[in-house]
Amino acid sequence: MRFPFGIAGAGVGEIERQIPDGEPPPLPVNDALRVIGKPVRRQDGRAKVTGAVRFTVDVKPPGMLHARILRSTSPNARVRAIDTAAAERQAGVRAVLAIARNDSILRYAGAPIAAVAATTQAAADAALRLIRVDAAALPFVVDMDIARRANAALVYQPGEALPLNAVEIPVSGALPLTGNVRGPETLGSRGDVEQGFAVAEVIVEGEYRTRTQTHCCMEPHAIVADWRADGLTVWMSTQFTAGVRRELARVFDLKLSQVRVKVAAMGGGFGSKSQLGVYGQIAVMLSRQAGAPVRLVFDREEEHLDSGNRPETWQQIRIGAHRDGTLSAISLVEFGSAGVGVGAGVGNFAQTLYACPNFSLAQNDVFINAGRGSAMRGPGNTPGAFAMEQAIDDLAGQLGLDPLVLRDRIDPSPVRREERRLGAAKSGWDRRHAPGADTGATKRGIGVAQSIWGANVYTNASCEVRVLRDGSVLVLSGVQDLGTGIGTILAQVVAEEFGLLPEDITVHIGDTDFPAGPPSYGSQTTASITPAARTAAWKVKQALFRQVAPALGATPEQLAARDGKIIIGNDPARGMNFRDATAGMRTDQLSVVESRADDYGGFRRRSGDMAGAVNDLGGVQFAEVSVDTETGSIRVERIVAVQDCGRPMNPKLIESQVMGGVLMGISYALLEERVIDQHTGRMMNANLEQYKLVGPRDTPPIEVIVLENYQGQSATDAYGIAEPSNIATAPAIANAVFNAIGVRVRELPMTPATVLAALGRLPRRS
Amino acid sequence: MPNADRTHSVTRRLFLRGTGATASGVALLADMHIAAAADEPPIVGPGAIPLTLTVNGRNQEVSVEPCMTLAEVLRGPLDLTGTKIGCDRGACSACTVWLDGAPVASCMLLAVDVGARAVTTIEGLAHGDTLHPVQEAFIAHDALQCGYCTPGMVMSCAALLERVPNPTADDVRAAIDGHLCRCGAYPHIVEAVLAVRKPGP
Ligand code: FES
Ligand code: FES
Repeated sequence: MRFPFGIAGAGVGEIERQIPDGEPPPLPVNDALRVIGKPVRRQDGRAKVTGAVRFTVDVKPPGMLHARILRSTSPNARVRAIDTAAAERQAGVRAVLAIARNDSILRYAGAPIAAVAATTQAAADAALRLIRVDAAALPFVVDMDIARRANAALVYQPGEALPLNAVEIPVSGALPLTGNVRGPETLGSRGDVEQGFAVAEVIVEGEYRTRTQTHCCMEPHAIVADWRADGLTVWMSTQFTAGVRRELARVFDLKLSQVRVKVAAMGGGFGSKSQLGVYGQIAVMLSRQAGAPVRLVFDREEEHLDSGNRPETWQQIRIGAHRDGTLSAISLVEFGSAGVGVGAGVGNFAQTLYACPNFSLAQNDVFINAGRGSAMRGPGNTPGAFAMEQAIDDLAGQLGLDPLVLRDRIDPSPVRREERRLGAAKSGWDRRHAPGADTGATKRGIGVAQSIWGANVYTNASCEVRVLRDGSVLVLSGVQDLGTGIGTILAQVVAEEFGLLPEDITVHIGDTDFPAGPPSYGSQTTASITPAARTAAWKVKQALFRQVAPALGATPEQLAARDGKIIIGNDPARGMNFRDATAGMRTDQLSVVESRADDYGGFRRRSGDMAGAVNDLGGVQFAEVSVDTETGSIRVERIVAVQDCGRPMNPKLIESQVMGGVLMGISYALLEERVIDQHTGRMMNANLEQYKLVGPRDTPPIEVIVLENYQGQSATDAYGIAEPSNIATAPAIANAVFNAIGVRVRELPMTPATVLAALGRLPRRS
Repeated sequence: MPNADRTHSVTRRLFLRGTGATASGVALLADMHIAAAADEPPIVGPGAIPLTLTVNGRNQEVSVEPCMTLAEVLRGPLDLTGTKIGCDRGACSACTVWLDGAPVASCMLLAVDVGARAVTTIEGLAHGDTLHPVQEAFIAHDALQCGYCTPGMVMSCAALLERVPNPTADDVRAAIDGHLCRCGAYPHIVEAVLAVRKPGP
């Protein structure tokens, strides 16, 4: 079968692909479609603007209890005794759970100790204060640089079990632990780097720092657990209903059929709500103990301390190149800290973005006494890009090349080449002057940076499509909507297949009683579930055609569904209304469940794997800034974001998501930092007034261009956008700052103090 | 070792009274003390007390502990869960409702201090099935993603249009300053509000 292939506007051709059995014929380009690729309104928009939609924090089953977790205020302590007797006697208390035991080590401020469920939140909070914890303080370390020293306090003693299974990102099991440093991980190294540097004509090097960023979902982590004799129902603010069901069944030794996980609306996740988590287990245990539903919702401090974070990093990058710009060697040494956890690596970005025969990686996890890191929007690649894309900008300067010209020479991706071309025109790149050329105290600059992210697919993703006798259509899947609008996109896919309008389609998602959906992390929701939905709809349609063909005096092959009708031989005048056709169905409903096929074209993946497709996703972002060299303050004046996600399904929703990625990137670049006090080991800004997020007044004009990039890889050919849109923002801003002031800021967040230090007007921080 | 500052009942009340005193300007300590003593409110609590609130045009009888914030009372006993809590301390504006038509953070106000003032929540903004123009515009311009900050955003934007029928983009930004949206909907929110402004004479 022939599929459209290439970038719209830059020449779309065709490609021959083998379609697996039972998959629908190729979709034409968006221009030839009626619903897919159109700016369709969000289906749950009305429910969200009226406050009618129920988030997990709003769920209230009858008899619900309220829970709270008692957390350590010490960064490292050994428990000697926990006394919960007084809490148990407190009025209103229904369950008390000791999580830590005697001799447990509370390894970070915020580590859970015990939990209480009571009839009101106030009663639960009051009971917590009656729990007596006797613990011996242990030496601690909360600074990554100090933790690397030979005499540093140890977070894990030699021989202690490391928390390797608590991350979503695959980590090698067998790396050496020296003091607090685990590594080096060298996976992905290739070629001979020494040789590469020996033949290099130009070498650039630099050290970069990124700081810990917390997710700050506006809806806190939340779960309502209802344990009953006949099974467990859980409402959870989660990015993966099917995964949480799996975890619950395993942890509590239940059958999958006894566990139901639901999420209606979900107030942001960004990677932090991918798993059941300790708090999820606590809520279920409290419910089991109390014999009543239990609601556990984090407060804002808990969000910062114990819900995951983007690990901080220190990166040393060295790049060798020939005079024409071609790269001969890249070496990356990294130390990063995911607190008491692992997974701070950033190597993937430098490893995969540019053509270079020789690459060496040595990345290390440094343990400190702080809350565990986790995946956060573009994990690894976002901090990795901050360093690597500045190093490439440096290299362009050394070579006397325009940074876009250099990238044209070393970036093999035809997609990003087109993105650079479009972005350069849109951003007015030709206005860019020499670094620091502006006279006067306020200097302007333009910078560019690129992103790369796997075209991830989760093949263990299923969807049911049902047509009912009255012509109504249902889409059912466990897939959850984090705010990206996947429900709306599913309605579009199915409406397109049936020749209906998206508002004709009823979508029920976020419930494991429906076919298991994919996780919404790794930017793979759309890529994984939309092909399953289209295939299911197409199959239901075929079945419907077979049933109604005789009444129309036609063969099923002659029928098509368009504009609310089933027509014969592509003639809109011949046929019947969709509703009249379904009225003649033999049964009250026709229904098909389908799952995601492997990518077409031989890009094979085993079911359940999360793996990059051959063609990665990317994007190029251009930033324009002004820097006040007297105060050191940076103002982002404008961002142009050029992104790709295969076939764009809904430009309106995509634009929202890209703006969100850019804004989180601006926030990361200029504002966000978890600050831990050296002396007490406690986070000083575990709130939203001192942990700064970008606000409406710091928001510049953001122009979004999304490519239509057809690859013929699935029944919809659609991919994700969440993470690629976040990765390039901070380095684009940093490169613009360099262009403005002629001095490089190699440290996040780029605060006024950091800028003044780079200008030599204040002492450096580290 | 355990967190010591979970006492909503005492600390929040003292805190609110403290900020009130600070806001009233520079005063001699002694004067403040006398003034406070003169209109000292009756002592209520700690148990629940009956309270009448005017919410979305209806009088509501509720029984609340005096330590409860308006946000808690709306979301709990009144089951108006459209109002969201993001930080519970005045830093995110997710909990914004109207008090006599002016936007306030309902997490920073004790329910017992609302008195006879009219409370309007997101549930009370539409007229029956007819949405407020700001709500319509939020949908049309996709001024939201997850929707958690949305009720608060809508309340502040609708209040702005009541005050300033023809606002500039900067007016809109000022109106939602202090509202946090982690999904990054600010550009579309500004666009949405500008689309429903009424040009002046
Ligand atoms: S919840 Fe009231 S301001 Fe954040
Ligand atoms: S829409 Fe998600 S926080 Fe604003």
